[in-house]
Amino acid sequence: MRFDLQVIASWVPAGSKVLDLGCGTGSLLEHLVREKHVTGRGIEMDEAKVAKAIGRGLSVVQGDLVAEVMDYPSGFFDVVILSQTLQQVYYPEQVIREMLRVGTRCIVSFPNFSHWRIRSQILFTGRAPVTRELPHEWHDTPNIRVLTLKDFRRFCQEMGFVIEKQVALDTDYRQEHGHALRLFANWRALYGIFLLGKGQ
Amino acid sequence: MSEYIDGQSSRSESVGIVERKFFTLPEGAGPFVLEGGANLSPVTLAYETYGELSPARDNAVLICHALTGDAHVAGYYSDKDPKPGWWDLMVGPGKPIDTSRYFVICSNVLGGCTGSTGPSSINPATGRPYGLEFPVVTIGDMVRAQRLLVEHLGVERLLAAVGGSMGGMQVLEWTVRYPDRIAAAVPLATTPRHTALNIAFHEVARQCIMADVNWNRGAYYDGEKPSTGLAVARMIGHVTYLSDEAMRRKFGRRLYEKEAFSFGFDLEFPDFQVESYLRYQGSKFVERFDANSFIYITKAADYFDLAQQHGGGSLTEAMSRSTCRFLVVSFSSDWLYPTSRSRLLVQAMKKAGLEVSFAEVEAEFGHDAFLLRNERLFELVESFLEHALAAERKRTETAPREVWG
Repeated sequence: MRFDLQVIASWVPAGSKVLDLGCGTGSLLEHLVREKHVTGRGIEMDEAKVAKAIGRGLSVVQGDLVAEVMDYPSGFFDVVILSQTLQQVYYPEQVIREMLRVGTRCIVSFPNFSHWRIRSQILFTGRAPVTRELPHEWHDTPNIRVLTLKDFRRFCQEMGFVIEKQVALDTDYRQEHGHALRLFANWRALYGIFLLGKGQ
Repeated sequence: MSEYIDGQSSRSESVGIVERKFFTLPEGAGPFVLEGGANLSPVTLAYETYGELSPARDNAVLICHALTGDAHVAGYYSDKDPKPGWWDLMVGPGKPIDTSRYFVICSNVLGGCTGSTGPSSINPATGRPYGLEFPVVTIGDMVRAQRLLVEHLGVERLLAAVGGSMGGMQVLEWTVRYPDRIAAAVPLATTPRHTALNIAFHEVARQCIMADVNWNRGAYYDGEKPSTGLAVARMIGHVTYLSDEAMRRKFGRRLYEKEAFSFGFDLEFPDFQVESYLRYQGSKFVERFDANSFIYITKAADYFDLAQQHGGGSLTEAMSRSTCRFLVVSFSSDWLYPTSRSRLLVQAMKKAGLEVSFAEVEAEFGHDAFLLRNERLFELVESFLEHALAAERKRTETAPREVWG
C-alpha cells in the first residue's frame, strides 16, 4: 500500500468506525477492514471505482462527497478520512466541519504547494508549476485550491480545528516505503497528513 | 418489462429445463388476511427454484419480479421452448446470480395471472373467476405470501432478495418487514413510493382497460377479453420503460416497411416503426397477461409507500427497522424511477446506519436497463452476493450455537 496510506492507517484505532471520503477503489478501506477490523464506509464519485470498491466487499456510495457526508448521523464514525482530495474541494471549511460532526476525529492529507521544486519552478521558469504530485496544467486541473503545510496549520487555527498529529512526507505517493520529515518540512515535504480533533 | 428481451443468452449457458411448481397455503392455517381487511382462501403461489439449498440453508436468493413478470426467471420449459425466462442473462450457472452456488427462488406475485391466486382464479364462493370480486392486494401482502413459500421450502433466512422496479419494492418490503429473515438486499431501479407522475401513468393504463367495451367491469372470462384496452395499457407502459434517447436510437422517424407516408390510419400497417413496435408489444402482451391482474398489480404498486407504511411518514424510521446490507442500483437513463428516487433510499439507509452500497450505472435503455445485458450491473450483483454469502457464513460461525438437551 502507498506509504501515505500506511501512515493514515497507523492512526486509525483497531475496531473503529471509519468513513473514507473519495475512497477511490477502496484500497485503504479494504486494508483497514482486513488488518484493523474496522467498520468501513466509503464515498466515491467515479462509477468504475465505486464498482471496484463494492467488488472488494466494501459499502461504498457513489456520489459527491460534500453532499453525501451530510446524510450521516452526528458522531456516527470514529475517524473520517479525506485523503489527497482537500485541494479539489470547493468549501474546505464546510467539509471539515461536517467531517468533525459525523466523526470524532478526521484525517486530512494534501500535496504541499511550498515544496522547493514548486517554488523553484515559479521562480526560474515563471510558469504555473506542474509536478508529479500536482500533474495538471493550470487550465485542466481539478486542484482548485493550492495550499501549503503552513497555510493549513493557520487555517485550522482560525477555524478552531485542533491538530492532534501531523506528519510531513517527502516520499513519492506511489512508493511503499518512506519516512517522515523533521526539518524544513514546508520546503521539503511533498505531502502533509493531519489528524484533527474537536478540541474542547 | 419488455417482450423484446428474449433469446439473448444461449441455451448452453442456461440453467436448462425448469419446471413451474405450485404452493398452496394449508387450509388448517386459516384464511390469508389481506392488508385491505379481506380474507383470501385458498392462496396459491406459482414458483420455480434453481440450484441446491446448502446443508446450512444459507444460500437462498429470492428474486422478486416486476409488474408483469412471472416465476419463470431463467431456463426453458422444454427443448422446443423458444424463449428462456425473463432474467436468463442474470440467473444461471456461472452467471451473476450463480445457480451452482445459490438456491434461487422466484415466485409469481399474489394477484398475478401465471399460476398464483389472482382475479382470474376461481372464487370458491361462486365457482366462477373472481374478476372485480377479488380483494385488492398490496406489496406487503405479496411479500407475506412469499415468506410462507420461502418457509415451506425450508429456508429460515434468505441470503438475499433481488429485484428491479416493483420487484425492488418487494425487496425493500422484505427488509423492513422481516429484518431477521434476510441478510442482504439488492433493490434495482426502484423507488420508496410512487410519485403523482408514476400513479398517473398507471391510472391512464388502467383506464384504457376499463374503457374497453369487453372489460364488462372485470367479468369477461367467459366471453371476449378486453384485449385492445390491455394492449394500449401495455403500450403506455412501454413508453415509460424506454427513454427519449433510447427510442430515438432504436426507431428514430424510420418508416415501417414503406417508402413514404400512407396519409392514413391503417390498423395493420402503420407508418412509423415505433408505432409498429408498440402494437407488437401490446399484442404479444395480451397473449400472456390478464387485464384484471394488470389493474390489481398496478394498484398495489401505487399504494406502496415504505415511509408511510413502516415509518410513520419517515423513510429513515422505516429503514431503521432493517438490519441487512444493501446494494442499491439506479440507471442513468431511467426517468420512470430516476436516480433521485434511489438516492432517497440510500440517504435514509445511511441515516439509519445501515451498510449500503450505491451505484448509478451508465445505461442507455431507460427503466428497462435492469433487464438487459450490462456488465457493470452483473459485476456489482455478482461480487455483492459473494461477499454477502461470506459475511453470512462468518456470522453463523461466530453466532452462539444452539444448545441441545
